[in-house]
Amino acid sequence: MKNLSYLICVLFGLGITLSSCNNQSQKSNGALSSSAAEKVYVAPGEQDEFYAFLSGGYSGNLTVYGLPSGRMFKEIPVFSQFPTSGYGYSEETKPMLNTSFGFVPWDDLHHPDISQTNGELDGRWIFVNGNNTPRIARVSLSTFETEEIIEVPNSAGNHSSSFITENTEYVVAGTRFSVPVPQRDMPINEYKGNFKGALSFISVAPDNGRLNLEFQILMPGFNYDLSHPGRGKSHGWFFFSTYNTEEANSLLEVMASQNDKDFIAAVNWKKIEEYVKNGGGTKMPANYAHNVYDEETHTGTSTMIKEVVTVDPTKVPGALYFLPTPKSPHGCDVDPTGEYIIGSGKLSADITVHSFDKMLAAIEAEKFDGEAYGIPILKFEEVLAGTVKSGGLGPLHTEFDDKGNAYTTFFISSEVVKWKVGTWEVVDRKPTYYSVGHLMIPGGNSRKPFGKYVVAMNKITKDRYLPTGPEMEHSAQIYDISGEKMELIYDFPTHGEPHYAAGCPAELLASNSKKIYRLDENKHKYATMGVDDARVERNGNEVHIYMSTIRSHFTPDNIEGIKVGDKVYFHITNHEQDFDVPHGFSIIGQGTSEILVMPGQTKTSLWEPKKVGVWPFYCTDFCSALHQEMQGYVRVSPANSNIDLSWSLGE
Amino acid sequence: MKKLNEITVFLFALLMISCGGKEEKKKEGFSVTRQKTDTEQPVTPPETSATKASERVDLDNKGIGPVTSLTLNPEIDQAMAVTGKEVYDQMCLACHRIGKKFIGPAPNGILERRTPEWVMNMILNPDQMVKEDPLAKDLLLEFNGSPMANQGLTEEQARAVLEYFRTL
Repeated sequence: MKNLSYLICVLFGLGITLSSCNNQSQKSNGALSSSAAEKVYVAPGEQDEFYAFLSGGYSGNLTVYGLPSGRMFKEIPVFSQFPTSGYGYSEETKPMLNTSFGFVPWDDLHHPDISQTNGELDGRWIFVNGNNTPRIARVSLSTFETEEIIEVPNSAGNHSSSFITENTEYVVAGTRFSVPVPQRDMPINEYKGNFKGALSFISVAPDNGRLNLEFQILMPGFNYDLSHPGRGKSHGWFFFSTYNTEEANSLLEVMASQNDKDFIAAVNWKKIEEYVKNGGGTKMPANYAHNVYDEETHTGTSTMIKEVVTVDPTKVPGALYFLPTPKSPHGCDVDPTGEYIIGSGKLSADITVHSFDKMLAAIEAEKFDGEAYGIPILKFEEVLAGTVKSGGLGPLHTEFDDKGNAYTTFFISSEVVKWKVGTWEVVDRKPTYYSVGHLMIPGGNSRKPFGKYVVAMNKITKDRYLPTGPEMEHSAQIYDISGEKMELIYDFPTHGEPHYAAGCPAELLASNSKKIYRLDENKHKYATMGVDDARVERNGNEVHIYMSTIRSHFTPDNIEGIKVGDKVYFHITNHEQDFDVPHGFSIIGQGTSEILVMPGQTKTSLWEPKKVGVWPFYCTDFCSALHQEMQGYVRVSPANSNIDLSWSLGE
Repeated sequence: MKKLNEITVFLFALLMISCGGKEEKKKEGFSVTRQKTDTEQPVTPPETSATKASERVDLDNKGIGPVTSLTLNPEIDQAMAVTGKEVYDQMCLACHRIGKKFIGPAPNGILERRTPEWVMNMILNPDQMVKEDPLAKDLLLEFNGSPMANQGLTEEQARAVLEYFRTL
């Protein structure tokens, strides 16, 4: 009996052990397999922790994502026409795409940067660059709409842009391609010594963000690739990476890789600002567009500016120095303290780090290694803080966390490398899929990074998703960087070709995000403020239709007296005052695009009827249960008919 | 019943023939709808809501929303009514015409049928009202399911609109 009970005890104990083992292993397996999923899972109805703004590259637009979910919330049209909203098609937004080359409905958008105060993200605006037809745009982070675009004269390939100084004093735009300044007819092979590279400083008005091109520094004819501002103690300086210091004008793939070192140009912009304030610089004739969208009139205007102040840097002592940097540096990033300037020689295995303090000391002690076109070249060893021996190949860009670590992308070896700022020791590396370009940590290029996630944006997708023919959207990866080791937690497709991105905590923007435009604040010239104002007016062959919308009808919805050859302007005012109730407008044969009109907003679509008949129009946005009923007719008569204008609703 | 069916078929046939005969006069429309309702009688609405929601009188229901109690001054505040008309013309007139049914009901005499609280709650909180208030639910059906839009009026503006209604 005793034995039996002992046996039972043993068996029982064994059973507990076994079953607890079993439980434990099941649990840990479960946790292991679901931890990445749990980290990125934002349950239905819940919201993301961060906003991420990814450039769209050749889409010309900016995309808004949530982190960590990788969900895309919006595409903000900036440099490209966008039929989804009518941007660049509506009469109000056409002026936004005006340039000195005329209407340019596309660009290549690369580097978003969120406005800062005291070196920290303040969430007022985000600035982006148009690379191809040089432009800088300011996007409101309350309406998420493009509010302003300024063209950059004397620039070509606006690539080392649009980075801001730490109090958003300036948004800076450097030229990638040097060109004749002013432009003129000359042989290409006389490039060397004759072409110039313009670095433009565009001031940002603190109250309303208005842009003004204050001055351009005319630099030697190198390629100015990327840039970042000094911060903290180095505030007042700006750093630009250069390549093609060889000044080659052909086969750059070979000819621009001859010099062992190119430069990072250190610009003391405060000195130049002061010089210009005191009347320095040369006023040069120019012609560039400045386009402003007014939130109250819902209308953009374009003004051509005819003059720009240029500065010869050799005329401002102490304003410019070159820091030799190996192997055609691409990324030029400054750590959160402002002490270290990281130059990523894109053909190198190593990352070069310059010290701001050592740079000041070298300048003080005049430790120069010659000069280039009158600009002193500092001795490499005198400014070098250290080298990160990465073991990777092809470093491009660096971002920072809030624990003293830096994260650098390596294009050729396709990985993100984490290293310690100050000791230059590599602490972790993780592959990317594939061939990573930029990376982004929210606030990762400010004094106050939020080091929880890094997003790696790749150039090649290949097998990451289901194939969609030869053309694939670019892939991006999210890594959790809260621990010592990076952990790949998500993989998502992007839109266009993301280059740089910017991110910030959701609470910085979410509460300021505008929900509607107030109808009683609508100052549009052609607004229909009440349904009694709805009407049709003729002025020669121009017809203006003042139309309003509310769920679910247009006022008026029957219009007669339009003739073939008329230019018919539909000015649609959306009388809704409720969040997320836009109405759309489209009409058969519309040669532009539909327009999507937000509550309280007015937008205009131009229609040029070419055929006699009775033509329908309708709302394009499913607005209520009676959305399909939201329609109307326009009667178009022959050009010589004498039918009077008339309009009605429900008669 | 069989006979009724035969008559219906005959009428349809007649209708089709007559339609075929006169093309240009077709613009007056067609009367299939009426025929249909004759034969599809079973869809009669429940007897309880014999009176249209818009004509029903309910002076107890205060509706659902921010306004729980409101006593109207016997005197109409004319200045407030003028403000109310301005707000109404801009924000409400697109659907509510004076003196005639349009997208929604006309506001004339509304306080003979509704409490002032109900009216204000309908203006200020339409989304919840059409979901939860029995009267508002019936009104939504009576008016083709066309939703009452939340025009984002302040309580003060809604109160002014109510005062304007008293002048109608």
